[in-house]
Amino acid sequence: MDVTHPDAEFRAFLMEGRFMIQRSKGDGAYVFYPRVIAPGTGARDLEWVPASGRGVVYSTTVVRKKPPEPSYNVALIDLAEGPRMMSRVEGLDPAAVAIGMAVQARIIDQDGEPVVVFDVTEQPA
Amino acid sequence: MSDFPRGRTAIVGAATFGQGKAPGYEASDLAAIASTMALEDAGLSLSDVDGLFFCHPTDTMGGLSFAQYLGIRPKVTDNNRTGGSVFQTYVEHAAYLLDAGAIDCALIAYGSNQATATGKLVSTVQPMRYEAPYRPLNPVSSYALAAARYMHQYGATREQLGAVALAARQWAALNPEAFKRDPLSMDDYLASRMVSDPLSVLDCCLVTNGAAAVVMTRADRARDLKRPPIKVMGAAAETHHREIGWLEDLTVTAAARSGARAYQRAGLAPSDIDVVQVYDAFTINTILFLEDLGFCPKGEGARFVEDGRIAPGGSLPVNTNGGGLSCCHPGMYGLFPIVEATRQLRGEAGDRQVADAHFAIAHGNGGVLSSQATVILGAGDA
Repeated sequence: MDVTHPDAEFRAFLMEGRFMIQRSKGDGAYVFYPRVIAPGTGARDLEWVPASGRGVVYSTTVVRKKPPEPSYNVALIDLAEGPRMMSRVEGLDPAAVAIGMAVQARIIDQDGEPVVVFDVTEQPA
Repeated sequence: MSDFPRGRTAIVGAATFGQGKAPGYEASDLAAIASTMALEDAGLSLSDVDGLFFCHPTDTMGGLSFAQYLGIRPKVTDNNRTGGSVFQTYVEHAAYLLDAGAIDCALIAYGSNQATATGKLVSTVQPMRYEAPYRPLNPVSSYALAAARYMHQYGATREQLGAVALAARQWAALNPEAFKRDPLSMDDYLASRMVSDPLSVLDCCLVTNGAAAVVMTRADRARDLKRPPIKVMGAAAETHHREIGWLEDLTVTAAARSGARAYQRAGLAPSDIDVVQVYDAFTINTILFLEDLGFCPKGEGARFVEDGRIAPGGSLPVNTNGGGLSCCHPGMYGLFPIVEATRQLRGEAGDRQVADAHFAIAHGNGGVLSSQATVILGAGDA
């Protein structure tokens, strides 16, 4: 069955508390962000599969705000399945987020929208 | 085999106008003035222009609007929008079209009044659905992610990023058209306000007004015009991604491929290049592009820019107008490196003139390291 509304389906899964990504049946490659075709091959065989939620911080920055508005983290997370996504690592000083940290996904409600953020599970080696 | 018309087309006119504040002008006013200055420089007129290559900062059909403004009816109107690299791509496409005889005179122009219109960077791009919830301060945060990864991977320091900013300011001090010419010290750099770690205000390009234009013809016609023709030796581009998360290795850009193809088309190597202009939207750009364009090995760019090597008097002159960091940055900067390369090869760069400049590279960057395009120019009988 073709994925026809990838963004809406991804969001609906998150609303159910499920972080799903796509996989091309043909070559098994995982895909994020959600699409109707597999990038590179054009295959229309993408299926939804649960993401493990495990990842590693590939890079990180702190967006500096004028106090009292808090500065916040923005990070690129390499998912265990292969794709990379932009996200935020929470639960520690945004400047303490480090490249190589092992992280785990968590779905939060951000102003009424379900959003994937990450928590640290292991310090970098 | 090279499919590129190597040296068969040339830049015959070049101009800049209103770099800095230039209050009271609309973007098209600025671009129109730069265009007529470039045509005057070439000894040509608007009626000669049959190919228009134009990107308006905010009007997505600006190529049509600008043709109307100028009162011309171009046979070719290229309104391509790959970001700040589009001007290098315009040169590449104009070279093919001129050589094929589809057009006889190409005008490439840009102008922006963003500094006086809004006081901040004007953006027409839509936030990406899977980035927006995390509120990256784009474009700065995307480049910051690249810089952070580069520093992690290669042990680079903020002082090394600062060396890029200081070199740009030293060149700007020699350029009467540059917007920021006051002295800049490493202490000033290290004390500047952090925007998106590890990039501070002084790692970021300026927000200014400004306009630039160049005129291209076939090289045989160029010989009869007013100014010494600056030949287009090679040009090439590559679009790699749109958002920063889709650049696999944040320390290697598509400039490695656009550059390699441009050198191959030009029959030249990095060692042949006398003067380098790269799109320095942020200090990290200069380091990445010097590596990707072959001036030093990957991972050594941060050390390469130390000790004034790319500053006035250094062994490799880089961004001799002061760059986007200190000369001007009117939203899209890619045409300014082309104009500065032309001026250096003509020998008309005044106090900042590089001696015996025969070949120059002018590299453009669009988006967030997304679209890379490289032009190699040659002087005289090059």
